[in-house]
Amino acid sequence: MELRRDVFQAIADPTRRAIIALVAMQAMTPSAIAENFDSSRQTISKHIQILTECELLKQEQHGREIYYHFNPKKMKEIADFIEPYRNMWEERFQKLEAIMKKYKPKK
Amino acid sequence: MERKTQVTAGNGQQDIIITREFELPVALLFKAYEDPEVVAQWMGTKVIKLENKKHGGYQFETSDPQGNVVFRANGVIHSFVPDKNITRTFEMENGFGAQLEFLDFEALTDDTSKLTIQSIYRSNAARDEQLKLPFAFGLNMAHNRLQEIVSKLK
Repeated sequence: MELRRDVFQAIADPTRRAIIALVAMQAMTPSAIAENFDSSRQTISKHIQILTECELLKQEQHGREIYYHFNPKKMKEIADFIEPYRNMWEERFQKLEAIMKKYKPKK
Repeated sequence: MERKTQVTAGNGQQDIIITREFELPVALLFKAYEDPEVVAQWMGTKVIKLENKKHGGYQFETSDPQGNVVFRANGVIHSFVPDKNITRTFEMENGFGAQLEFLDFEALTDDTSKLTIQSIYRSNAARDEQLKLPFAFGLNMAHNRLQEIVSKLK
C-alpha cells in the first residue's frame, strides 16, 4: 500500500511523466535524459531517483555508463487500479439493465 | 466477458468519463435515473430525496445490516431534460468535496442506448482519490477477510 501510493505520486508530476515517456522509447543515460529538460541535472536526477525507487525505471550498467530502462509491469499495476472502479460501475449498470428489462410503468 | 463499461481518466486531468451501452430504449435508460425506487435498486442505496427538476435536490443514504449509516451523498440538479441529459452536482458527506456531473443519454437504435457520464473534480488529486476509493476499499476488504481467517486459526 505504501509503495503503491508512491507510484501514484511519481506519475502525478509532469516532468516525471515526461521522463517515463522518453525512457519508454529507448534506454537512456541520466545525462541524455537531462538534455531534454531545462531543469538542472540535479533536479532531473532527483526525479529519476524517485522513478527508480518506485520501480517505474530500472538501472542497467553498460561498461562505465548507467542506462535507465522503462518497467512496463509497474505501469500495468497503475492501469489496473482503475479496474475496481470500472467494475463497481459495471456491476451497477448490469443491475440497472436487468431491472429495466422487467420494468412495468406505473399508472 | 465483454467489457461494456469504459472508464477514461486521462493522466493529469481532473475528470473521469464513464461510457456504457445498454440493451434498453433510451426512455427506459433515462427512467432508471428518474424513478427513485429504481435508482435505489441498482445503486444499492436508500433514496431520501430526488427532485427531478432545475434547482431540485437529491439525497442518498446507505446503512449497513445493523442500521448504521455508512454512506450519505447529496447534490443539486441543474438541468433535467427527459431522455436527453441531466446536469447535477454530487457530494459524498465525508469531506471529499463536490463534483460536477454531466449525464448524456443517447438513442443508438429503437432498443439500444448509450450513457456518457463526465464527472469533473476540483483537482487532479481529488479525482485520483475518488478513483482509488474502490481500489482502497477492495484492499481493506481483502485485509479484513484475511484477519477474519487468521483470527479463526487461533
